[in-house]
Formats: sequence, structure tokens, C-alpha cells
Amino acid sequence: MTQPAHSTVDVLANFNRQALARALNLLEDRRPNRQAQALTLLDTLSTLPASAHVVGLTGPPGVGKSSLISRLIEPQVQAGRRVAIIAVDPSSKVSGGALLGDRGRMQLPGQVYARSYAARDRLGGLSREAFSAVFLLRHCCDVILVETVGVGQSETDIAALADTTVLVVQPFSGDLLQFIKAGVMEIPDILAVNKADNQELAQKALADTQAALSLARRPVPPESAAWDSPVLAVSATTNLNIDTLIQALGAHWQHLQATASLEKKRAAQNLEWGIGEIVHEVGQRGLAALGGVEGVRAAWHQQPAHWSVVRKLSVLLEDVQYRTSSR
Amino acid sequence: MDTDRSEDKPPERLQDRPKDRPWVMRTYSGHSTARASNELYRLNLSKGQTGLSVAFDLPTQTGYDSDHALARGEVGKVGVPICHIGDMETLFADIPLGQMNTSMTINGTAAWLLALYIAAAERQGVEPQALQGTTQNDIVKEYLSRGTYIFPPEPSLRLISDVITYTVKNVPKWNPVNVCSYHLQEAGATPVQEVAYALCTAIAVLDTVRASGRLDAAEFTAAVGRISFFVNSGVRFIEEVCKLRAFGQLWDELTCERYGVDNPKLRRFRYGVQVNSLGLTEAQPENNIPRIVLEALGVTLSKDARCRAMQLPAWNEALGLPRPWDQQWSLRIQQILAFETDLLEYGDIFEGSTVVEGKTSAIKNAVWAEVERVTDMGGVISALGYIKEQLVASHTERVRNITAGDHTVVGVNKFTETADSPLYSGDSSAILKVDEAAERDQVARLQAFRATRNQAEAETALSGLRTAVLNGENIMPASIRCALAGVTTGEWTQTLRDIFGEFRAPTGIGGAAAARTVNGETAQELEELRTRVRKSAATLGRPLKVLIGKPGLDGHSNGAEQIAVWCRDAGMEVVYEGIRLSPEQIVTSVRDEGVHLVGLSILSGSHLRLVPEVLTGLRAEGLSDVPVVVGGIIPEDDAKDLRQAGVARVYTPKDFEMLRILSDMVEVAEAAA
Repeated sequence: MTQPAHSTVDVLANFNRQALARALNLLEDRRPNRQAQALTLLDTLSTLPASAHVVGLTGPPGVGKSSLISRLIEPQVQAGRRVAIIAVDPSSKVSGGALLGDRGRMQLPGQVYARSYAARDRLGGLSREAFSAVFLLRHCCDVILVETVGVGQSETDIAALADTTVLVVQPFSGDLLQFIKAGVMEIPDILAVNKADNQELAQKALADTQAALSLARRPVPPESAAWDSPVLAVSATTNLNIDTLIQALGAHWQHLQATASLEKKRAAQNLEWGIGEIVHEVGQRGLAALGGVEGVRAAWHQQPAHWSVVRKLSVLLEDVQYRTSSR
Repeated sequence: MDTDRSEDKPPERLQDRPKDRPWVMRTYSGHSTARASNELYRLNLSKGQTGLSVAFDLPTQTGYDSDHALARGEVGKVGVPICHIGDMETLFADIPLGQMNTSMTINGTAAWLLALYIAAAERQGVEPQALQGTTQNDIVKEYLSRGTYIFPPEPSLRLISDVITYTVKNVPKWNPVNVCSYHLQEAGATPVQEVAYALCTAIAVLDTVRASGRLDAAEFTAAVGRISFFVNSGVRFIEEVCKLRAFGQLWDELTCERYGVDNPKLRRFRYGVQVNSLGLTEAQPENNIPRIVLEALGVTLSKDARCRAMQLPAWNEALGLPRPWDQQWSLRIQQILAFETDLLEYGDIFEGSTVVEGKTSAIKNAVWAEVERVTDMGGVISALGYIKEQLVASHTERVRNITAGDHTVVGVNKFTETADSPLYSGDSSAILKVDEAAERDQVARLQAFRATRNQAEAETALSGLRTAVLNGENIMPASIRCALAGVTTGEWTQTLRDIFGEFRAPTGIGGAAAARTVNGETAQELEELRTRVRKSAATLGRPLKVLIGKPGLDGHSNGAEQIAVWCRDAGMEVVYEGIRLSPEQIVTSVRDEGVHLVGLSILSGSHLRLVPEVLTGLRAEGLSDVPVVVGGIIPEDDAKDLRQAGVARVYTPKDFEMLRILSDMVEVAEAAA
């Protein structure tokens, strides 16, 4: 854990899971000396290519996200791809504790790296730690599957983390319409109707979902003009159309790269993450003292090595506070 | 049971009334090898036991041969290993199967073990028509509590249905299914939940049989009449009397209304019982004897709701495996009750009791409501997740009540002062130790058996089995042919695994409510513990994260689930993956998840094998700084060995104070940081 960051990065590049686990422990660690090491590691990573495809799966509880992820793992591992899983479970508001049970619902081959996070005090179905974990994993594997807390009444911020967002719903549940109406989420990149266990059920489920979607579809935002979100009826139980889903994931990944949207998307995600971290560290008043989101964005464009920016901004802020208090 | 029956029979005068026949008396037993178990059975029969109850080891129950990697350390531990017809013949050597009444606690592989039993009987020259006994064959409670399921629900129900339709026609005195409410109570069920979910299971089974179309109306009615139950009886024995009266009445109504059974004899509620093991204590274990006696009264006092067969646990079960003498003491309880007391000389002594009738009908009403709820959810299989959550919640409540002292357990949370026991000195001398050589012996004999059988015959029989399964034929005839051809338990099961796939049951812990009902001192203590857990994050660098793991084939997950829920309630982040994990899988999870502490729960007695494997694996992954604590039925001598091997703490049933265990775990985690 005390190794210099660059050698850690070398080890990580080989998907050494022992080193990976240690690095992820480090990123979570709030002790000052460890945080310093973590920032160094992230800075080093910022300069390196991050080639993994981040796929986020969200959807209401009990819809079969974990089973679906199990099905997605199999063929990827067989194709020799390095797969990592991030699963987020809710924390209890009363005790602060959490039950992390997703591993138990997945079939995990030995080659896969899987880690569970408690959402802790974060809303939106993700955990703060999931962001840094994905940031790191992007540099050492081929595909990262992220499972969020079951989305319901509160909105989901999976799009702030994933390259490709998959919304999983049950057939005939009405969930989709309700989510889109309630503004729980934007139109996902891929819509998977799970539990369509046979062809007949799949046809009906597809028709039902497409009807709901046509009611909800809004003008497509210009930056994703070329992507038309597919609706797929799948079954994790009977393995129906899992290959089609994998093809759709690949197509979206191609699309992101071909249209150069990936870079833009990730830059925006990193900025949002950075702002989130700043707000977490110094609060809204601190953000205001830094010139608000605009100020951060300006600083961001000057120095894209994200973690250095956060650190510099924090130092800057201390400076501002010092000046304010000594006035 | 039904009130109109009293009209047919005039009040009895004592001298006219013949004594009732006693129930079948059994002891749940089997260990080491078929030969050792056979000796034990013959000894038990010579002591006046009137039936046999076979305990199989975990590899046999989960469909692995004794030489399979997953069987390591589990062979002959909680029961007898039966890999092929040779083992089955040895198990019943010199026991005439035509006259025996044999109960087999077997579920995932029930069809196979019954096939072996029928084949072994054939070799003894006994026709299937003459065989009497029971296969437990209830998969639902395996998903919910006991954990030795193999296949997904749909093919599992098909196997059960195959056994029923086969036995109704060919082994008519056999009870093909023993619907178990027993394990639901062990998993924490209230009496209402126990009865309701058992009835829902029976409905799922009978509906499947009816839908199979294999039985005509008369045969189906006979099948309903062959359904028996396996219940539990706790120390609140008056409530148990009422529960069983309610159970009987509900079964009568259900079979009449839902299945149109006209003959009241075939609607009779027939059940066997094993009294409560959950309530047996490790502290002052001699107190378990009066508990067992009172629990036995709960299932015998009311003639209209009396059990057909009984097996009693031994007083020292919470300490380890009982010795033959311990089992004898339990058999003597049954014999005293049946032959010394006047219990069997009266009609139902509760007839006309408004108190008992009031309680009975209250239970009945609540059961119906719960049955309807499950029915509305699409039946017991669709509702598995819901039911499991209900059970975990009830059990959590029970543990909380004991911890808070609201529920008195003598010698445990009250009246704990004790003189030294002459029966038990705290070491491992008062329990049976399974000879570690038994596993090697069993494996050697299995390999010799495989080497000498007619390989071509075995392969032909297996391919016949595959065809039968794929064509939707009844699995029994092909299985019996496999048994006679020398196919092994592992081969039979693997053939089905390849076709049906394997199942993972819900853990139920997600829905267990937070500690909302604790109050008073416990609430204060819990609050202090939470503060302590929160503060530990400063030492650890991040919130305390623990892994609760169940290595090995042992499926009794109630303890692990309780610990997991309580850890969550204390503010920890808890990784829990369910049952049947290999040491390798546990080590991988510990590594990937970056936990601060590992808690292992093992109840099968294979702790000396499995725990060191986990410790070795952790060392190999550079994780020797992650402390390991172990909970289970672990004799003190073994606990010493485990501590020596590097285990930080060992918890046994006498550590019932959950908050103390948790606070101890925080200490261990902090010390390792």
C-alpha cells in the first residue's frame, strides 16, 4: 500500500486483483496520509489511457439486474475480456449500516473482479466511492458493469458514471412510463425488458414498452443525434436475447467512439464528479467562494488532471478562507 | 379435531377403552459410514426403537460422491454417506426392510435415495408394495431454511411429483412427501407462519401432481391421503397443542374444499415430529431434558392432534454430536411417556375446552389470512423471497427478545448461577467424535466399487435416465435401473444438474427490518455500539466492512443471517453471499471486497477442515492481517485448535448476547488495523 503510485499502476495494468483490491481500499481511505497517496495515484492514472467500457444498469428493485449481469459476464469472460463489477446497495438511515448481497445473486467466475459499495449518505443510486473505483478500473480492464441501488421514487445518476446506461424494467409493470413522467431518468441508451422468458411474452412485452416509450419520447438532444435507443426483450432466466443485448452494448460503444461523444461525455462526467467532491469537502459556500460551478469549470479547462485540480482548489479555498478571516 | 365426530361416539368409560397404540419411536441418526450406522441402527432397535430415521451426510444430500472436491471434510459428518446400492445394502444389512418403517431425511436427491432403497429391498427379496416409510422430499423448506436444495423450483417440483405418482401406484404404503413445518420454526417462524407456509407448500405440491395428469381421480385422492407432515414442537407446549389442532382442522378443510377428497380418513392430518432444537441451550445443557419432555407433551397430549412418529433430540446437541447413550436417554423419554404414564388411556382431553378452542380458532384464522396472502402472490414459489424475509424478521425478533431479557431462557439469560455439572465438564468428552479415518475409508470403498462395477451397464442406465428426464417421463423407473446398475449418487445428480441447472435461493436479509423494537437497556447498548462502530471508521480509514461467510455444504443459514442483520443494524457494511461457498470463493470475496474482518459460520462439524483452508487461502493472497472469527457448534477442544491456527475468536451457542459478540468483533477489527 505504501508503494509509489507508478509501480502500482504497472501492476494494475496486468489486472492483478490483489493489487486492485489494495488500490480500491486506498481510494476509500480517509486518513490524511492515505488520502495523499490516493491523490497521487489518481493523478498518475489521469495521464494514462482509460479504455474500459463502463456499462451502468439501473432499474427498480427485484427486476433482475444482478441475474442479468451474471448473464452478461459469461460470454465476455469467455472472449478473454477483463471484467469488473461494481454493485451499490442502500445504507440504512437508522444505523448507517448496509447489507451488501449482490455477490450472492451473481454467478462470478474466478477471473472477474467484483466489489460492493454501500450508498452511505449519497442519493441517486450510486456511492461516492463508486466514482473513484470506476475511474481506476477504467485503466485496467475491458468492461465495467455497474449495478445501482434499485431506482424508484428518487432519480438516478447512473449517467454521471456510465458510458452506456441500460434501464432494466419488468414487462407490463408501467414502471417505464412512471419513471420518465416523474423525471426519474432521461431516455436510457438501451432499454431492456427483463423476464420475457419466452418469445411470445417477449413480443407482447416489447409492444407494451414501445407504446410507453412513444408517449414519453422527447426531442433528441443534439449531441446524441445519431443514437436511437433500442428496446430489447430479454430473459436472464432463459438466456433469451442476451446476445442481442451484448451486441447493442457493443454498438453503442462503437457509436460513442465514432462520434467522439465518449471524450465529451467523460469530460463532463469528470467535471461533475470533481464539483461533487469539492462540495463534499468544502460545501456549497466553499464552492461559491471558488467562483461557483463556472469558476471550477474555468480552472478545469486549464488543468484537466482532475485530482490535482481538486487539490489545488482546496488549497486555493484555504487561501480564500485565510484571507477572509484575517481581514 | 372436528366437533361432529364426538356425536358418533358415546362418552367412553375407561375400562372399555383399549389403550391407544403408541406412535412410531425413532432417533434421527447416522454417521461415519454405512457400516457404522448399521451397527447403531441395530443397537437402537434392540433398545425398543420401533422405526428408523436416517440422517444422510451433506454430500449425499446435495448430490456429490464422497470423493468430490466439495465433499472434503463433510463425509460422514452430519449423517451417513450413501454413494451407491452397495452402501444402501450395508446400511440395512440384517434389518428386514419388509418389516421396517424407515424415514429418510432427504430432499434434493430424494428420488434417487428412494430408488436405492427400493433396489436394496429388491436385493433382500422384498417387493416395493411391502415397503413402509417416508422420504422428506420437501424442497420449499430447503430454499427457506435448510439449504440442501440443488435444482430450480420447477424441476424440483417435477421430481417431487414424480415420486408421488410413482409411489401411489407402486409403493402404496410409502409417504412420498413429508411437508416440513419443522425447519420453518427453526428458521424463526411463529406458529401461524409455520402452519401457513407448510400448507402453501402442500398446495404447490398437490397442484403440480394434479396438473401432471398422471393420476386418475381415485389415485389422486389416494395421493392426497399419502401426504404427511413433519412438524416442530417448542417449549410453549399449550400453544403447540392448539397449533396442531388448528393444523389438523385446516388440512381437513383444505383437502375437502380444494381437492374434493370425500373420505375423511384420507383427509386426516398425519404428522411426525422432531421437537425443537432451536431452543436447546449450551449453557446448563441438562436443562434441555425437561424442555424435551414438555415439547413431547405438546405433540402427544391431545389425542385428536397426536403425532404418528416422534424423534427427540439429545440433551447435548448444542455441544456437538450426541453419543449412543445420549440418544438412548431421549428414547427412554418416549417410552416412559407411552408406557408408564396414562397418556394413551383417554380420548381427547381438550374436548370442550373453550380456552383451547379459542386459541385454536385464532391460529386458524391468522393462518388462512397468511395462506391467502401467499396465494395472491402466485403461490409459495413466487412468494419465496417474501416468505424468507418474514422468517428472518421473526427470527431477528426472537433473538432480540432473548438478548433484551423479554423472553426468558433459564440458565441463559436468567438463573444463570450454577453448580458444576457432573454430566459435563466443559471439554469434549461428553460428545461423539467422528473418526477422521471414516472419510478415507469411505472414499477407498467408493473407488473400489466404481472399479469393479460393469461400466457399460452403468453408462447405459445413465443414458436411459437422461432420456427419461428430457422426455418428461417419470424419473423413478430409470433411477431404479441406475441404482441396480451401480450408478453413484454424484453421477445421478450430475445428469440432472446438466439438464436442470442449479439454483440459488434468496437470503431474505435485505428485507429484515432495522432494530425498531429494541428498547430500554438494549436500545441504549445498541446506540453505544453504533457510536463505537462509527468511531472505528477513524481508525480503519473507512466504515467497518465485514464478510459473513458460510463455507462448506452446510445449509443451516439462520445463524449467519442473524449475525448479518445485526451487524447491519449496528452500522457495519456487511457482505453476505448465502450458503455453500468454497473456501476459495470466500477468500476471493475477502480480497475483492476489502473487508476488515471475516466471520465464518459452520454447523456441520467440519470446522477443523474448512476454517484452516480459509486461513491458508488468506495467507496465500497476502491477507493474513484480516482477522477471522468463527461461530458454530464447536466443542472447546476444537476451539482451542482453531485459536491456535490463527482464528481471532470462537463463538458457540452459549454466546447468545448478540451485542457482546458484535462489540467484540469491532474490537478485533480495530486491533488488526
